[in-house]
Amino acid sequence: MSHDEHKLPFWRKYIFSIDHKVIGIQYGITALLFLLLGFCLMLMMRWQLAFPAKPMPWIGGFFGDALMPGGIMLPEFYNQLGTMHGTIMIFLGVVPLGVGAFGNYFVPLQIGAPDMAFPKLNMMSYWVYFVGGVIMLASFFLPQGAAQSGWTAYPPLSDIAPAGQTWWLFGMVFLITSSLLGSVNFLVTIIQLRADGLSFFRLPFFVWAQFVTSFLLLLAFPPLEAAGVLQLMDRLAGTSFFLPSGLVVSGEILQVSGGGNPLLWQHLFWFLAHPEVYVLILPAMGIVAEIMACNTRKPIYGYKSMVYSVIFLGFMSFIVWAHHMYLVGMSTEMSAFFQVTTMIISIPSVIILTSLMLSLWGGSIRFNTPMLFAIAFLPMFGIGGLTGLPLGLAASDIHLHDTYYVIGHFHYVVAPGTIFALFAGIYYWFPKMTGRKMSEILGKIHFWFSFIFINGVFMPMFSMGLAGVSRRLWDPTQYAHAQPTQPLNVFISISAWCLALSQIPFIINFFGSIFWGEKVDTNPWQATTLEWATPSPPPHGNFETVPTVYRGPYEYSVPGREKDFHPQHESGS
Amino acid sequence: MSDMIRYISKPHPVTGVTNAKLGIWCFLASEVMLFGALFSAYILLRTGATEWPVGADLLNVPLATVNTLILIASSVTIVMSWASLAMKDLSRFRIYMGLTILLACAFLVVKGFEYGAKFEHHHFPNSSTFYAIYYTLTGLHGLHIVGGIVVNLYLLFPGSAMWQTEPERFLGRIECAGLYWHFVDLVWIFLFPVLYLL
Repeated sequence: MSHDEHKLPFWRKYIFSIDHKVIGIQYGITALLFLLLGFCLMLMMRWQLAFPAKPMPWIGGFFGDALMPGGIMLPEFYNQLGTMHGTIMIFLGVVPLGVGAFGNYFVPLQIGAPDMAFPKLNMMSYWVYFVGGVIMLASFFLPQGAAQSGWTAYPPLSDIAPAGQTWWLFGMVFLITSSLLGSVNFLVTIIQLRADGLSFFRLPFFVWAQFVTSFLLLLAFPPLEAAGVLQLMDRLAGTSFFLPSGLVVSGEILQVSGGGNPLLWQHLFWFLAHPEVYVLILPAMGIVAEIMACNTRKPIYGYKSMVYSVIFLGFMSFIVWAHHMYLVGMSTEMSAFFQVTTMIISIPSVIILTSLMLSLWGGSIRFNTPMLFAIAFLPMFGIGGLTGLPLGLAASDIHLHDTYYVIGHFHYVVAPGTIFALFAGIYYWFPKMTGRKMSEILGKIHFWFSFIFINGVFMPMFSMGLAGVSRRLWDPTQYAHAQPTQPLNVFISISAWCLALSQIPFIINFFGSIFWGEKVDTNPWQATTLEWATPSPPPHGNFETVPTVYRGPYEYSVPGREKDFHPQHESGS
Repeated sequence: MSDMIRYISKPHPVTGVTNAKLGIWCFLASEVMLFGALFSAYILLRTGATEWPVGADLLNVPLATVNTLILIASSVTIVMSWASLAMKDLSRFRIYMGLTILLACAFLVVKGFEYGAKFEHHHFPNSSTFYAIYYTLTGLHGLHIVGGIVVNLYLLFPGSAMWQTEPERFLGRIECAGLYWHFVDLVWIFLFPVLYLL
């Protein structure tokens, strides 16, 4: 194959490539840039929250009078930033990084396949995602700016919002199509293209996580696509799917046919968006499991129960969606059902987390940078999960709904949880992708400062939420009940800006290590799974000889063996 | 590259299907969720409405019946095209595939007349929730028909060159196109009674 590779012109090899490794890196770079952008939007919002009605230094002048007259952020612009922060972080940042980048690059490698099952579809999936991202970004430059109805786009507000919302919907249609193409590809690849001897219960947990994630993407996204089509019809064809009769806007009754139901959107949206939570978290759990096994030098505790848990989790995630909607006035029977399913779904998450925690016990732990991020994932995700329980019960949710408590809860799951795991994945697999290790010193600086400041950002939000501060306030000082917690807002904002500074070592490390990192051989971490059986970076077609698998994924410290790891592809007992 | 990926033409010994066939089934599963969500929306809107018209009073049932027969016939012809190819008869495959495409176009023409008659009487998507869901569901189904026509045209003309190089893989593609076409047909079989008769 290698002579084939050289014949390809530059644009076929690096831009419109059908090699899953190039596509994975394309996804990774794009998603990291979007993560940075989404983070920057939030940093601007933090100024407004900490120092309302004060001009933003330096940056405020760039945005002109339409968005920030005199450097003071307009409420409309604040809403745009919030909406696009959520949209960008979830649909353009975390999911593409966890699934598009790590999934694309490492699923074929970990199952011993030469590529994904449908390489051209894979390329299309990336470019459709890219177009979706461009549409989202372009919407900022519309006369009335980007979407401002929140990432949940609740009607009737979103139905009557300015044109940015239409662009948001078109962007979402592209992103949904992209993940649909991707999920079909992952499912077929994992089912059909596993190496000889690689039975389902010999799959690394990361592959299992991607497998269940793909099912969620495949089956949960189409209802949002349907909802998006209905909202587009409302906005463009004048239908009233989400507009009730007699809706009053600006003191006048809206002239529409009426008869619609805003709750229909909420049902369709959360039918996607709850499984989406697991789309965010499962790849992260998979990465943590890989790193834990390798750096504790012992098998994952309870591998099989983790696999059964992740399957059960995937199934249950389809029947919990209305726990986001306790306040819409549903009957007590309905709310009882969703409270029960919500409590049940916490069980498999706890099993997975406990298994990972117990995996540490008795291990000879190597505290390298990927392992630090992976260990930090456990308590951070734990806090995120446990603070979710009061939100899953209607009685306490009535108080906490739509407050900063919710923000704190899901950010603990996604930011110090998932994003830390994704950082762990970058540090762990960087040697495989580039042939060079990232700097441990810069990595540890990055870890410790990020760890301290990210808790400084999200921990105080629980107090603010318990005090009843709503999550959507542009100027919290205007509300009497929010004034006592205003010092916390200042503390959070300063932590957030320090968190931004803490990412500088990572950026230097990332680009610097590509050129100056310590060179490594095939298997620098002495790991057992198949991606370490091929050169770093892997050649076109991945494996020089098609690997055969002889054992389970985590055979570390097998008694009686000379080396403390036994790779899956090595024969002999 | 593609010569290294396994199970492109031959089925996997355990799952019993090729990559493409598993892929199209996964895709159809997601399509079921798409139309399932829209049908659920229909149910929710109808049960929440104070009054809901009987479809037969507003829509043209005879035309829709003709269209139902056209689509069922096209499902038969696409199976015949696959069967002809399985018996290594490329010219009969072309006839039946061409017929399938013609029937699909006929469906769209009839649908166009239906839409035209509605527009003439000023029945637009914004007229009522019934018309809104009618246009959305039939419009989305129509888009699926158009997509099927494009794919079938490709397989009939430029795509059929694969028959000379990789006949098994080409036969698999026709089967996948057939599965998709049956699905589009099946959606109509649900749409027809739900919108026109109930």
